[in-house]
Amino acid sequence: MKFPRNLRYTEDHEWINPETGLMGITDHAQDQLGDVVYLDFSAKSNQSIAHKDVLGTIESVKTVSDIYSPISGKILDINEALAKSPELVNTDPYGAGWLYRVEIADHSELDGLMDADAYIKHTGH
Amino acid sequence: MSEQQARRTPLYEKHKAHHARIVDFAGWEMPIQYEGIVAEHNKVRQHAGLFDVSHMGRVELFGKGALTAIQHWITNDAARLSDGQSLYTPICYPSGGIVDDCLVYRLQEAHYIIVINASNRDKDFAWFQENIPAEAKADLVMKTPEDGDKWALIAIQGPQARSMLNALATTDLTPLKHNQLTTTTLAGIAECMAACTGYTGEDGFEIFVPTQKATALWDALIDKGAAPIGLGARDTLRMEMRYPLYGNDIDQTTNPIEAGLSWTVKPEKGPFLGRDAILEQIQNKPSRRLVGIQLTDRGVPRHGYKIFDADGQNEIGILTSGGFSPSLQQSIGIGYVPALPQYTKPGSSLTIDIRNKKLAAQVVKTPFYTKPNEIA
Repeated sequence: MKFPRNLRYTEDHEWINPETGLMGITDHAQDQLGDVVYLDFSAKSNQSIAHKDVLGTIESVKTVSDIYSPISGKILDINEALAKSPELVNTDPYGAGWLYRVEIADHSELDGLMDADAYIKHTGH
Repeated sequence: MSEQQARRTPLYEKHKAHHARIVDFAGWEMPIQYEGIVAEHNKVRQHAGLFDVSHMGRVELFGKGALTAIQHWITNDAARLSDGQSLYTPICYPSGGIVDDCLVYRLQEAHYIIVINASNRDKDFAWFQENIPAEAKADLVMKTPEDGDKWALIAIQGPQARSMLNALATTDLTPLKHNQLTTTTLAGIAECMAACTGYTGEDGFEIFVPTQKATALWDALIDKGAAPIGLGARDTLRMEMRYPLYGNDIDQTTNPIEAGLSWTVKPEKGPFLGRDAILEQIQNKPSRRLVGIQLTDRGVPRHGYKIFDADGQNEIGILTSGGFSPSLQQSIGIGYVPALPQYTKPGSSLTIDIRNKKLAAQVVKTPFYTKPNEIA
């Protein structure tokens, strides 16, 4: 299982890239969910969001899970490709399976998130 | 029950070796998935899959009283069985509510096995004991489900299942029809029983194998190319066929008629538990029906979600099973709705409350899934 060093992680198993503002769910999260079949993006472009806001839900064959915002800011983009290919969340969770691109309001908020080592410890990998 | 230590089947170590994700199921540590639910599902539809179903209960009955007792317990007619045949049937309370659904196997005239759900082992056995008809008692020996654990139960299902099993059998299994079983030697293991049945809609067998030899048979079938399949795919496979799951689609509050199981009810065979209540249901028509639905909006319906009418104003029922169908690439569900044509006719519009959104669905014919070569 992969946990890239350049990302920051949340207790709810989201990741965010401080450079690009892309966010998604972690390799651990996609593995727990199993086959992702549908994403319901309730947060829309230009919407202001706060840390821990529910941005939508992920439905897998097995279960359903909320998507929480890792950061406060504004939604810039939604990954439209997931409408046709939800399985990208499983196959490429840090790449083509990204969920939202966010404008980070305050970069100091990232200090409250985990780095890869802390997240690995958190998930017990 | 919950205080008890979780139980393991003889194949538990095999599941660990196949890197299964293990969950508690009715007090048993069972594999929910190995490779992934969709991949496993597709293997069963396209090739062959192997299931450990040893957690299910096996109640063995001996004696001339066996048929009398079974006829009293079940709604279907076991008197129609010949040696080496089985049938599917509900077991009902006098209220018509369902105690369990099961398979009854006739091995010989005075030798039967009833295969019951894992979650109902204790309840069913107690029910049988309490309801042995007086005239059956003189010549009846009933073994416990624990005694039935002298066999493990392995299912092999899929278009390749029969040829794979046949390659290991000393008896030709080719002519065996659905609901027939035969005693045979499999992979050098004597005294196996191969029963042509299953819970997937595919051709295949459920195999009673002596417990000590279960891992050897499992390995032999894996070597033949069968893929291990967990309970997750077992559920998606059965749902596509609209096979009811006890505890979801049928239970003590539902009766066989409203659940669409009229074909398993044979009142003409004579008295049995629940007969009067079921006859009344047939006569007065049930007030609700179990129907298959397909979501037309995007989302995934699940067990316990509420069903509303087409405009989402009135709650009319509840989904008893639901999920994403890997074969259809569609969200499907099974649920109870009022027995009125505007809710039960294929094509009827309904809505499902999915996490506080009313999403459009329509009633569809079932089974949801038809094998490619069976499409007319």
